[in-house]
Amino acid sequence: MELTRRELLATFLGAPAALAAGCSPPVQSLPLEGAIVGASAAIGHRLRDGVRPTPAADRWQNVGVVIVGGGIAGLATAWRLRRAGFQDFVVLELEPRAGGTSRGDSLGGIPCPWGAHYVPAPLKENGALVALLDEMGVLEGRDGEGEPVVAEQFLCRDPQERLFFAGEWHEGLYPHEGESEADRRDWTAFQAEISKWVAWRDAHGRRAFTIPVASCSDDADVTALDRISMADWLAGKNLTSSRLRWLADYSCRDDFGLTVEQTSAWAGLFYFASRVRTPWAEPQSLITWPEGNGRIVDHLSEPLGGVLRSGWAVSELVPKAGDEPGVDVVAVSHDGSDALGFHTRQAVFCAPHYLASHLIRGFGEVRGNAAREFQYGSWMVANLLLRDRPRESGFPLAWDNVLYESPSLGYVSATHQQGIDRGPAVFTYYYPVCDDDPRAGRARLAGLSWNECAEIVLSDLSRAHPDIRGLVTRLDVMHWGHAMIRPRPGFVWSAARLGETQPFGPIRFANTDLSGVALFEEAFYHGVRAAEDILRERGIAFDTLL
Amino acid sequence: MTRAPLFLLYLNVLVVATCGLIYELLAGTLASYVLGDSVTQFSLVIGVYLSALGVGAWLSRFVTRHLVRAFVEVELAVALLGGTSAPLLFFAFGRLSWFPVVLFGVVFAIGVLVGLELPLLMRILKEHLDFSDLVSRVLAFDYIGALLASLMFPLFLIPRLGLVRTSLVFGILNALVGLWGTWLLKPLMDGRLTGLRLRGIAVIALLAAGVAAADRLTELAEEQLFPHPVVFTRTTSYQRIVVTESAGKFQLFLNGNLQFNSADEYRYHEALVHPALLSAGTPRRVLVLGGGDGLAVREILKHSAVEAVTLVDIDPEMTGLAEKYPPLRKLNGAALQDRRVSIVHADAMIWLEHCPELFDAAIVDFPDPNTYSLGKLYTTRFYRLLKARLTPEAAVSIQCTSPLVARSSFWCIVRTLESAGFVVDPYQATVPSFGVWGYCLARTTAGARPAEVPAELQTHLRFLNNRTYQGLFDIPEDASAVPVEINRLDNQTLVRYYEAEWKHWN
Ligand SMILES: Cc1cc2nc3c(=O)[nH]c(=O)nc-3n(C[C@H](O)[C@H](O)[C@H](O)COP(=O)(O)OP(=O)(O)OC[C@H]3O[C@@H](n4cnc5c(N)ncnc54)[C@H](O)[C@@H]3O)c2cc1C
Repeated sequence: MELTRRELLATFLGAPAALAAGCSPPVQSLPLEGAIVGASAAIGHRLRDGVRPTPAADRWQNVGVVIVGGGIAGLATAWRLRRAGFQDFVVLELEPRAGGTSRGDSLGGIPCPWGAHYVPAPLKENGALVALLDEMGVLEGRDGEGEPVVAEQFLCRDPQERLFFAGEWHEGLYPHEGESEADRRDWTAFQAEISKWVAWRDAHGRRAFTIPVASCSDDADVTALDRISMADWLAGKNLTSSRLRWLADYSCRDDFGLTVEQTSAWAGLFYFASRVRTPWAEPQSLITWPEGNGRIVDHLSEPLGGVLRSGWAVSELVPKAGDEPGVDVVAVSHDGSDALGFHTRQAVFCAPHYLASHLIRGFGEVRGNAAREFQYGSWMVANLLLRDRPRESGFPLAWDNVLYESPSLGYVSATHQQGIDRGPAVFTYYYPVCDDDPRAGRARLAGLSWNECAEIVLSDLSRAHPDIRGLVTRLDVMHWGHAMIRPRPGFVWSAARLGETQPFGPIRFANTDLSGVALFEEAFYHGVRAAEDILRERGIAFDTLL
Repeated sequence: MTRAPLFLLYLNVLVVATCGLIYELLAGTLASYVLGDSVTQFSLVIGVYLSALGVGAWLSRFVTRHLVRAFVEVELAVALLGGTSAPLLFFAFGRLSWFPVVLFGVVFAIGVLVGLELPLLMRILKEHLDFSDLVSRVLAFDYIGALLASLMFPLFLIPRLGLVRTSLVFGILNALVGLWGTWLLKPLMDGRLTGLRLRGIAVIALLAAGVAAADRLTELAEEQLFPHPVVFTRTTSYQRIVVTESAGKFQLFLNGNLQFNSADEYRYHEALVHPALLSAGTPRRVLVLGGGDGLAVREILKHSAVEAVTLVDIDPEMTGLAEKYPPLRKLNGAALQDRRVSIVHADAMIWLEHCPELFDAAIVDFPDPNTYSLGKLYTTRFYRLLKARLTPEAAVSIQCTSPLVARSSFWCIVRTLESAGFVVDPYQATVPSFGVWGYCLARTTAGARPAEVPAELQTHLRFLNNRTYQGLFDIPEDASAVPVEINRLDNQTLVRYYEAEWKHWN
């Protein structure tokens, strides 16, 4: 069913946008070029529908470890194994390019992200990530307290963020302009609550919120927060400021693709408290690259060479019992015409966790119920190539540019970190689909044509940039169907989530999903953890990075 | 009257109402642009305008004869006044200290005229129509017009046409309504119409000429802001270049900020260039960052050891001007055409990241750090990139804004250079057009500065001699060091210091 333009904008951007749409130039002025790119849904659907090709007898080979999925978790597994000198593995990745939701790209010669675009500077306790950043040349050394020092050019360049609010851009994310006494009080009270949690330690000296999630305290006082929503938590603290609520809602949508009502209070507070070193301190600075975390993907993939088999979708993992335990892994070529088989002793499943029931034989029967608790939200991401900077009023272009009155998250400017302040630019526009029923949201998104996506993006952005339609020369859209695990109330500290980290016979799991929150650091942690388990099992000596 | 012209009359009402509101929105926007504080300006403009409408409506009772003629006259007057209001007010702002009086005078006058329109029209029509029907329709069209105006204004008119053109275009619409009225309402008019029509056409022609010259009008309005007559302007992709002239001296402005005055620029440039070149021993390769006017290069070429000068300026039109604009070319001694000089057009920071060469001296002459894109050229990152392109004995000088006006900004640049690993000697010179001006001499290794200006060089200088050269490095008490933060890419502290300090001064 084709939506009218007004209906389309009303459902995706809300009533005000639909009303305003009556007066702005309609669809004809869409940019010349663009497409819905990536995320090869076709092969995924075929696998879900039970297509299970069998490789010819001469297409089987033996390999020490098979890594399923070349996202951050899979690449981190490979990185950790190589660092310990172990090279007998393959990485099988469905897409033509590795990286998963951390993938980068380039448009009109300008590097840009498709998903994850920053990493907060790690605290010294996050040894694995510190080691990676050291290797990448991102760190300059350590400060007096042993905390890693990030080289200036990798820290997000100021101005970091701005907010389009009341017809103008303002510096920063929180709309201080015109706030009332009550707003200010709530804001301070909220900061005090966060600081309380930053200072909090359990009987074992663990923080309530830290990265990785695996190091967070499981004390009942903390896990109780997972039973209510972030909105309930705010209400319970009598924090009623609409500005504060907006910021909390924005943050939940930004990090989890959920509204403040849908997000677990544990996850909401995790966002605010896990990246702050000491009470009342500023959150850790952000590390970013023009192509977002795609830079890390490239760093991790390059040394792998042919061991990284991209364009090969794993269609089945068959655990083998008996004296010689192991797994048979089958992979299909991108177009479905060819199949490869691997006999292996150990496999690491780094694809999104919901796929485990579809792909691992016997898994659904034993753990299907727990795996079904893993729910995913979908996202639309668009990269817009502009031939020049749009007109605007107020505070100048920042890295992250947020629209107060939009269900989208606004856009990130790809040239910002390169220091290119004029001329052509790429804006990466983020839109989380926050339907209560994730399937309905996914279907809604999947039903959109390129034209409709472009219309949504441009209508939304023209509120802040009236002339943007005339400047965009290309607009590509990514539909991330299963973009992010949803930390809705009750999930993060559920038995289901905690249990799924356990291996299934010779198959280990590593994916950000296992943390209950979608974060680069979590995916990286799980990859390193799984790799170290394998090294341990194989009796290979190593110094742990965890 | 027949049906068709009636419909057309309502169309008139619609246009008249739209125009009326547009003038009000224009005045409000313009007032908030130039006077700031949009809430106050908008509510004052609306208040004055609404009360003027009332006055107009009341005055309409005194028009007792020749109603139609009066209506057309009013239309033409609104067209002229409303249509020229935006350019008029822009001019007035540059010229008059009592600008608010003019602003509200104009708003009031337009309001009175617009207030006259509808009562007159209704009285013209009331003989021919059922009165209640007339009132309801006229008012309905009036409000629709208002809605139309309020939607078009922010969504289309301001983004596409800008203030000056919008004002002129709606003036034309108003005049067309008047002119057309002389045909539409002809049966109700007596006397000759030719004079009236000719005046209508003249008003339209005048406003149309205004539309054609709108860009020039905007420029003229802008020129009011400069102290001397403007002799050259160009808007490039990077900046707006303006040259003004008086009594044989000329001044160059970038984005409204004075870059130099030919009367005393030698003081600025001698102080900028020679301390670094003298401290660098015998510099052979010299880098100039910014400084597309060629004046720093002129000073550099006075050092006979120099074999190559690389000038990096982002704006080809700026260096083009320095090469081709006769007064400037004369002033810089055609320095940019010297065979030792090569010119690169690039963002200095991005260029430094990829530059493979090494230099013995560098002159950093960027505009003051009043935007984030300029602020990045004063960061530790930038200075580290620069340092990596210098030979061990090299020296650099940097223009550092006024240490008197912007003391924290000045010391912020000093400390940032130090934090990037330079040994820094801050210094200052007096340039009448600017006041007291600050610089830094930055070197990669510590050591004594040369004590003297060589005699051979001195013969080419007008400002520096041995004494003034030594005196540069005495920082007076009111510009002495203050505690500051380091300017980094991820905090851009300097832009914030600078903005606060210059705002305070102005
Ligand atoms: C729009 C968006 C923005 C984000 N922004 C940020 C951010 O700024 N900062 C941050 O920290 N995090 C961010 N995240 C989250 C972050 O991207 C993820 O947490 C992280 O990249 C997940 O890595 P992963 O390896 O666990 O999973 P994935 O990236 O999902 O990787 C799984 C991989 O498995 C592959 N695969 C799937 N099925 C098969 C199969 N059958 N056979 C072989 N391979 C298969 C997939 O193609 C994919 O490459 C963002 C996520 C999204 C969607």
